[in-house]
Amino acid sequence: MTKNIDNNHNYFQLSVICDAETLRSLIKKERVRVVDVRKAEDYAQEHIPTAVSLPLARLLANDTPSEIVDILEGLGISDRIPVVIYDDTFGALAARVAWTFQYVGHTNAALLEMTFSHWKKLGLETEKKINTFPREKHSVNIHHDIHADASYVEKAKEQSGRVLVDSRERLNFLTEHIPGAKNIPYTMVGSSNGNILRNSKEIKRFIENRGISSDSEVITYCGSVGTLSGLTYYALKLAGVDNVKLYSKSFREWKSLGKAKEEFRDANYWDLSAE
Amino acid sequence: MSLSTKDIWFHDPEYSILKKTIVNNASSKQRNVSFPRLNPRWGREEETELFAQKVKLFRQGRLSEDEFRRFRLQHGAYGSRLQMNYSMVRIKIPSGEITPEQLEKIASLSEAFSIGSAHVSTRQNIQLHWVQLEDVSEVMRGLVEAGLTTREACGNTVRNVMCSHFAGVCPDEAFDATPYAKAIARFFIRNPMCQNLPRKFKINFACCSEHGLVRIADIGLIPAINDDVIGFKVYLGGGLGAASFLGHLLEEFTPASKLLQTSMAIIRLFDRHGNRENMARNRMRYLVHEMGWDKFKKMVIKERSIVEMTIADSTVKLYDTPAEEVRPLLNTAHTIKKLPILNEYVTIKSSAYERWLHTNVVPQKQEGYYTIFVTLGAGDITANQLRTLARAIRDLSAESTARNTPQQNFAIRHINESDLHEFYDRLASIGLANPGALTITSTVGCSGTTSCNLAITNSHRLAKEVQHRLLELGFDTEDSLRDSTIKISGCPNSCGQHEIATIGFFGGASRIGSAMAPTYTMLFGGSAGEQGQLGKAVMRVPAKRVIDIIEKIVEIYKRERSSNETFKEWINKIVNGEGTGSAKNIDYMKAMLNPVTQLASVEQDPDSYRDYGADIKFSAKTARGECAA
Repeated sequence: MTKNIDNNHNYFQLSVICDAETLRSLIKKERVRVVDVRKAEDYAQEHIPTAVSLPLARLLANDTPSEIVDILEGLGISDRIPVVIYDDTFGALAARVAWTFQYVGHTNAALLEMTFSHWKKLGLETEKKINTFPREKHSVNIHHDIHADASYVEKAKEQSGRVLVDSRERLNFLTEHIPGAKNIPYTMVGSSNGNILRNSKEIKRFIENRGISSDSEVITYCGSVGTLSGLTYYALKLAGVDNVKLYSKSFREWKSLGKAKEEFRDANYWDLSAE
Repeated sequence: MSLSTKDIWFHDPEYSILKKTIVNNASSKQRNVSFPRLNPRWGREEETELFAQKVKLFRQGRLSEDEFRRFRLQHGAYGSRLQMNYSMVRIKIPSGEITPEQLEKIASLSEAFSIGSAHVSTRQNIQLHWVQLEDVSEVMRGLVEAGLTTREACGNTVRNVMCSHFAGVCPDEAFDATPYAKAIARFFIRNPMCQNLPRKFKINFACCSEHGLVRIADIGLIPAINDDVIGFKVYLGGGLGAASFLGHLLEEFTPASKLLQTSMAIIRLFDRHGNRENMARNRMRYLVHEMGWDKFKKMVIKERSIVEMTIADSTVKLYDTPAEEVRPLLNTAHTIKKLPILNEYVTIKSSAYERWLHTNVVPQKQEGYYTIFVTLGAGDITANQLRTLARAIRDLSAESTARNTPQQNFAIRHINESDLHEFYDRLASIGLANPGALTITSTVGCSGTTSCNLAITNSHRLAKEVQHRLLELGFDTEDSLRDSTIKISGCPNSCGQHEIATIGFFGGASRIGSAMAPTYTMLFGGSAGEQGQLGKAVMRVPAKRVIDIIEKIVEIYKRERSSNETFKEWINKIVNGEGTGSAKNIDYMKAMLNPVTQLASVEQDPDSYRDYGADIKFSAKTARGECAA
């Protein structure tokens, strides 16, 4: 199994999203590392062939760059191997993991175009075998340009050309958000046909409607750990926005730091929900 | 702009395919009936592009706020409460007839661009709230894909044309008015003659004299057959609002062949003579009132002759009832079968299914078929509920469509008796199987302060709270309460139709002691239908005492009623001063109810001075209404 983990070979370069056919062919050629970010017990039940297990919680609990690189190496991921990541949570967990890999310097990671449920629904291959691969070396090369922290976000508000995007659902956004943020709920970029994201043309139109040009710098955030906003991060990438940053600690940290919020209390909009 | 183009006037082949009927083990001789697919092409792609362009121009300051508002309303988007960057998108559902595919589309649009729930209005629209203005064109794009439109859902236009949700299945109807309602809707939508009326214009079709809001519309129509001629009883100049009027009967019988000409004549008169100065008095009902009914009636008859003499053949052809009329011919039962009720009566201890069957299902004139009502809370339904409902309709309704009702519920018709339990199970699986749809518990509430600029109180939440409490008390199981209604508006403007409720409420603000409190003016004795009456104001009630007062009124009723009279009959007698015992008239009732409305001081009981859904001090905030652009 180690023969394909070879930095001297030319690996296939993934784009933001990997379609099922590409993944299947890469699996057949043994030239891909598939990462399943669902819970360990779900992985144990069944997963995409050759997939390794990396529950999101494990990554979040070990989120310093050196710990993350250690995880990569432990999964047998070297610098150039294509990594395709999937979940069963409409892509949000996979997105957060993919972003983290990219942050520490893995430049060939993509989201599987669909959820695991949809993969199964299409009758595609699965297996039960627990996969492990020999440890590989991975270099550390932090991509600061895709990350934003609270002080960066605070400063960004005053700079034109920088757009803050809140990925939470509309009612949460209306209740309170970081001042000046625009709302693109994760439900808006998600797709209803089994794929995790809509096509790039649609997403492009949505952000153009909002007056966000593709050469803006966009910072995405959501409610807690950057999963929903991670998905938005990749949606924006897919739509051709090159300069996107994730405020990974998101609104939870923002609030705990006691920073300014915009609230809207003149309407009882929550009472319109039938939940 | 030409009157219309062919693409919306003819059946699209895609939608003309006959629907396959459901076959299962339960045999029925009417199982093999085929229903035509609806012709749902109301929307137009180019209007979505236009909307997106206009939003951009408006944001760039190249379109004035007034111009933009007019355009926006014409295309079905209202400003949201005190937040003009968001819209309420009103989807017209002509005749209330909606397909499973359309429900599914609305579900995904509500998730993507709204709040994950949709809202059924009191005029057979479905509304998506808190849509960002920049996304309205995207919602419209999705609607067009499903054949729906928001065109002329707001603004000074002919609004959604309503039709009784029983049309086609009502045992008492002369004929099914649906094709006429839809043909009228198609004729007037985008029609140059009604793009700039003095004010909005509402047309409601009934099935019979009982069901339908015919006397509270600008034009209300009841199907009638006179000497084998199909036609209507036409009521004019009704409407609810700050000042409400009941419509007047135009003539004993208006043949269907004159329906178009009559409607055109009325709209032309309104367009010419309606008040364009005073926004508060520019509905047609004021014109009728100020001119006097006799004079107005003569003008309508005269104008109709002019229309008849001058109307072009090509215009008449645009009014295409046959295109809408491909309806199945089911055998009408000789006697209407009773409900498959296991017990004659239900109680609060009955099984959930029995309770539901008793209050949410009615037999149709078609033998073996039933209409099921889906109980919503003040018209709200989640995206997932919509999807489950759509599947159930597709699988189990022989006509494979739903109708939304002015009671803010859905009516699903043509359900075979043997499928009732399965339909119930599917509804129950997603929290949609509440009983009481056809009883006093099914409380109507407009959107109120959840999204409307004009609202003073949170009528929407209150309606849900009332429904919840009355179901908890088992009021749905009491047949004597069954024919009564409770309807709540958040301001005097009557979107909650409080004036046609047995007990109606409209929101306001009152000073009580040293503090302001949200209050409702309570009305008694309103009713819909041809013999409809407007409710009479009784008293003001603090918002947080509305539930108590309803319970108290029912308690007095149970104590004071004579023999078998229903709650509605009892209330009507009080309104007419003909009540018995200690409930002789409204004044007697006021005296008995007054203690319930008393509040302790704001310091002792601050919660009673707050509105539902609010943890802060009440203050009446409103902004400019957008109804009239």
